[in-house]
Amino acid sequence: MNSPPSLIIRATKVQLSGIWTLAAMLPLLPALQQQLSDAASLADAWDLTAVERIDSAAAVLLWRCWGERWPDSLLLSPLQRQVLARAAALPHDLPPVEPEKPHPVAVLGGQLLKASENFHGLVTLFGRLLLDLQHLLRHPADAPWKEFAANIYKAGVLALPVTALVGFLIGVAISYLSALQLKNLGADLFIVNILGIGIIRELGPVLVAVLVAGRSGSAMTAQIGVMRVTEEIDALATMGIPRSVRVVLPKIAALTVVMPLLVFWTSAVALFGGMLAAWLQLDLSLAYFIDNLPRAVPVANLWIGLAKGVCFGFIIALVACHFGLRVKPNSESLASSTTRAVVTAITAVILIDALFAIFTRQVGIPRL
Amino acid sequence: MSERRQPPVIELCGVYTRFAGRSIHRDLNLRIEPGQIVGLLGESGSGKTTLLREILGLHRPDEGSVRLFGVDLADPDSGKQRAVRRRLGMLFQHGALFSALTAFENIAFPLRELKCLDEDWIRRLVHLKLAMVGLEPLHGRLMPAELSGGMVKRVALARALALEPELLLLDEPTAGLDPDRSQNFVELIAALQKELGLTVLMVTHDLNTLAGLASHVAVLADHQVAAFGRQAQVMTSDHPFVTGFFGGDRRKLL
Repeated sequence: MNSPPSLIIRATKVQLSGIWTLAAMLPLLPALQQQLSDAASLADAWDLTAVERIDSAAAVLLWRCWGERWPDSLLLSPLQRQVLARAAALPHDLPPVEPEKPHPVAVLGGQLLKASENFHGLVTLFGRLLLDLQHLLRHPADAPWKEFAANIYKAGVLALPVTALVGFLIGVAISYLSALQLKNLGADLFIVNILGIGIIRELGPVLVAVLVAGRSGSAMTAQIGVMRVTEEIDALATMGIPRSVRVVLPKIAALTVVMPLLVFWTSAVALFGGMLAAWLQLDLSLAYFIDNLPRAVPVANLWIGLAKGVCFGFIIALVACHFGLRVKPNSESLASSTTRAVVTAITAVILIDALFAIFTRQVGIPRL
Repeated sequence: MSERRQPPVIELCGVYTRFAGRSIHRDLNLRIEPGQIVGLLGESGSGKTTLLREILGLHRPDEGSVRLFGVDLADPDSGKQRAVRRRLGMLFQHGALFSALTAFENIAFPLRELKCLDEDWIRRLVHLKLAMVGLEPLHGRLMPAELSGGMVKRVALARALALEPELLLLDEPTAGLDPDRSQNFVELIAALQKELGLTVLMVTHDLNTLAGLASHVAVLADHQVAAFGRQAQVMTSDHPFVTGFFGGDRRKLL
């Protein structure tokens, strides 16, 4: 019924017949292209009267094969001529659609500019936050308590199981590995010092920060980003509700409050895991461990750990909100903003952790 | 054009659709022949978009069959399914352009997916489609977010036409366009239809679009196709929905 596209070369005349559409040509494409270029080199008289249908894909194909000019002799219907004329009317040198590859120096410059722009945005957001806090102190009735509570629940309460699980396993692993080394040196009792200082001061806060950045930070960026794409944030603004008070502030405040609690919880579970492993591996009783913990770990370490939690929570939420507000209305931007929010947050956490290590080096180390 | 007996382009037989216990379509039948431009009318919530989604194969009706070009969409042969999908183009209400790709890449996407066209051919075809819908070659560089509403529709139409479909489905093609633009759009689709011999099914609420474009009208009411026929025939019929929908305007429009 539907005859496939075909061509016959008669002396110096090429005769096309059948249906010349993209769908019909597809299965025969390589052969057809070969035949067409052979025909074009042999003859310059074309007969299209037997062609049942021709679409623009076929028109472009023919036009290319004719070397972008009308053949000397061409038989075709007015409708076919119209289709071919459209392909012929395309300007010869179409503008390049792909943007040119930028110079490496330009790429580097662009990255630097973007980084400074992000830094500027973060500082601006921080300033905005301080102004909002000032406003809320004067008008306590405007405080978004509901959103604050919801964020505490989402970022804090719902994170309890996963932080506990990870903390417990890390505690067990560290205790087990340290015990193997300490046994060789006969310094079994120092397991309390290693675990206590290591977990409470360093590992607990960083572990929780990494987990929360991946869990709550990415969620905040994605949520604010989608709210921007669907113009929900603009809708808030038109109702006279500043987005920073209703969307950004509760998230940052909630994470800042909830992080030290999560750090406390995770450190406790990790210590418990370490205690269990020490008991099984070194026969160190739980009572001995608990009795010696305050002696081995001055309480300043706990305060340092909790202070780290506050800083980490604040920076994670600030970075997440900043990148969320910069999402552009396309899927690629949402993906890259979320990725950048998590990577930036974790990098910032490690950086702050290093600063803490330097500035608190005199504090909380027990003298033996 | 050869006048041979061809199977109907769209054939819906006894379609039942239910959402959460609520009936949307009840024993719905519709048959669209090649070359017809059918306007699908109905109140909000009468299941027009659902019907369109069923024709596209995005939603399977609870009962009944949907046939495109004589192929049942419930056919398990995925090769056949893909071949059928290549013969139709869909213009979504909000364009549904890929937001991460430029206008050019959006139109080139279905062509590249065929994996047998060379880059020069694709480039020419895309520029041809851009010219067809009245856009400049330079517009191809813009991202969907940078296009105006009318341009989004045009690019989406160019993408729907990229594979040279025989059937074009339009969901509210002129919604959100100003009267002048929507008139241009109607003329554009009418010209393309004449030139390419398309079959068109469109959902619309806009009477001017309907009057300017449709050769046939299908009215969706009471869970069924309540009326189907030539535009003039349906618009002068005494069906309560038709008289209510067009009100006093209908004679003016004819």
